[in-house]
Amino acid sequence: MLPLKVKDRPIVCTLLAAGCCARCILRFCCIGLQSAYRQPYEDLAKELLAFASAEESDKSKDATDKEPTEDPPCKKMRLETEQSHTEGGDKAETSPAQAQTDPDSANSEVCVVCLGVLQHFCDKAFAKKVSEAVATERYQFDSLVLSVSLPAQLSVREHSIWLLVKKQVREKAMCLGKDDVIQVKEAFKWIMNGLVSQELSVPVLGKSLFEVSVGFTHPETDGDCHFLATTCSDCFKPAKNKLSVFTRMAVVKALEKISEENFRRQFPCPPGHPATRCTVQDTQCLHVSVFVAGRYNKFSRTLPQTPWVIDGERRMESSVEELITAPLLSSFRSEGFNFSSSGREDVDVRTLGNGRPFAVELLNPHRAQFSKEEIREMQKAINQSSDKIRVRDLQVVTRDAVAHMKEGEEEKTKSYGALIWTLRPIEKDDIEFINDIKELKIAQKTPLRVLHRRPLAVRQRVIHTMTARFLDTHHFHLNLRTQAGTYIKEFVHGDFGRTKPNLCELMKTDTDILELDVESVDVDWPPAIED
Amino acid sequence: MDGAEHKGVPSVIDRYFTRWYKTDLKGKPCEDHCILQHSNRICVITLAESHPILQEDKKIQRINYQISAGCSRLQNKVSGKSKRGGQFLTELAPLCRITSTDGEEYTIFSCIRGRLLEVNEDILSRPNLLLEKPSTEGYIAVILPKFEESKSITEGLLTRAEYEEVVLKRAGSNLQPC
Ligand SMILES: [Zn+2]
Repeated sequence: MLPLKVKDRPIVCTLLAAGCCARCILRFCCIGLQSAYRQPYEDLAKELLAFASAEESDKSKDATDKEPTEDPPCKKMRLETEQSHTEGGDKAETSPAQAQTDPDSANSEVCVVCLGVLQHFCDKAFAKKVSEAVATERYQFDSLVLSVSLPAQLSVREHSIWLLVKKQVREKAMCLGKDDVIQVKEAFKWIMNGLVSQELSVPVLGKSLFEVSVGFTHPETDGDCHFLATTCSDCFKPAKNKLSVFTRMAVVKALEKISEENFRRQFPCPPGHPATRCTVQDTQCLHVSVFVAGRYNKFSRTLPQTPWVIDGERRMESSVEELITAPLLSSFRSEGFNFSSSGREDVDVRTLGNGRPFAVELLNPHRAQFSKEEIREMQKAINQSSDKIRVRDLQVVTRDAVAHMKEGEEEKTKSYGALIWTLRPIEKDDIEFINDIKELKIAQKTPLRVLHRRPLAVRQRVIHTMTARFLDTHHFHLNLRTQAGTYIKEFVHGDFGRTKPNLCELMKTDTDILELDVESVDVDWPPAIED
Repeated sequence: MDGAEHKGVPSVIDRYFTRWYKTDLKGKPCEDHCILQHSNRICVITLAESHPILQEDKKIQRINYQISAGCSRLQNKVSGKSKRGGQFLTELAPLCRITSTDGEEYTIFSCIRGRLLEVNEDILSRPNLLLEKPSTEGYIAVILPKFEESKSITEGLLTRAEYEEVVLKRAGSNLQPC
């Protein structure tokens, strides 16, 4: 039974004549009873027609209580298709008598507002189609949120019908706000959430980590929005990554600005009749990202952190990033990833000690739930795949925790080990001299080797301590504890005198760095995991 | 000193840079320049070891980055990753003029097209760097060629081998003693 009031009857008649579908009529009557939308479309259409055809005199009772009479006031409800809307304007609205009753009228033609979305894509068959598309993707999920994207012109048509309803309401001195009208999306979900839930046997909620998107387009009426561009040009600015300027947001904004008079001059009210229904886009599934963090060691001097490509050609066959993410991608059945770390080392630099913190964002993972034991197995798989790296403390973390890793990166201390060559023979005094240097302030111009991709600047850095260990006449081992962001190689060879002071200057001879290791990265994240 | 032999690895320049040369700039005999091109396309302009300043035991009187009344290379400023605002140089743009104590003046040229990133101000206060470490701390300027020109800018330059050949030929001929 429909919760329609007698006062709704003229609106129902007007909307039927305008070519609205039964569910759109409920929407514009602000019916918030979800079950009303869920009944089979044919039943609803019949009931509405019956209501519209009921005697006008029947004022005190709910119209649906009564059987339709022989001679209803909205008798000629069937729309004059061709003539009435080519003439445009308010004709259909003002002459409902031109329409005639026809049980099929509300479902044989495509709705002028929802373009068929609430007529033809709100039933068990469509829910089945969507659910099958989800099932073939083999996601692991225990709930889902259904989202729907509608063609932008649907808002223009909605506005046109709204003006029609408003006029009628005003004439009857009734009060109605646009916000009271039920949105197409809302009605769609009221009907579809339950149906999809039944098909997939999981709850369909307002919020979920797993999103299933259904999209509709309607090429036939794409031109509906175009007049808005000339009227409200400032709402339609070309944006990157957008195929059309007529986004739903831009259209809604323009509709808020345009005057009623102006709108009516440029767009038929009610809107013209479409010949076709909406086209369904492929169902899209998206699981929110999962973040995995850990620490890695790099034992190779020929392994870059990320794939190294010059002029489109691969330089090294692998990378830390690839070695770590390959097993993760296959376990999470993820579509892609973002790798980040607390700083990075050069291809020829090893990272020893406790390793360097890293985090991987796994994009659209098809499986997202793993036990601690399973994560441990993933870590094992990474470590068995190569002896060039080693991972520890692998764990699932939150997105916020990853931001933590990047915080205060600059203030941290880093420890390095380096093999140094000197031109002149090393003397005992040299070792003592170096060991005595404390809190040395240096000024580094952006090194030439990174200057092509970083701004030119002079940065002050501090070398807290240095410890030298004699190896042979021209070589010694140097341990450095420095402020993060210090370029060690440039400190040693001087970078054309662009780091000052540098080790050449301090030792008064040419010095060069032959090997470099990161001994520790003092970031206490992610937390250690017991074995 | 035999340190270099103990080292067993190439120098910083040989590890990361390719040496290119331009000889007899503007037709002036032996005024050779060296262009060190990093694998990231950045170029460092230096005097070649055969340049008269280095060969004839000169002393430096003055180095001037003011190449005309309206243009000083010291005014060059770049900002951001894209190095906005840097002076754009063509092959024969002068970088600086070096005057020796015997009154000779030598102009150092860009040799390549590109954006000027920096000039070496240290040689103004310590001109001897130019004589003692001409290919490292005594460099003249750093230039960033356009990405799309990073290959073509060296087309008119000599390789190390070609340069050595030129220098060898000079030594064999008495016409142009350097
Ligand atoms: Zn509709």
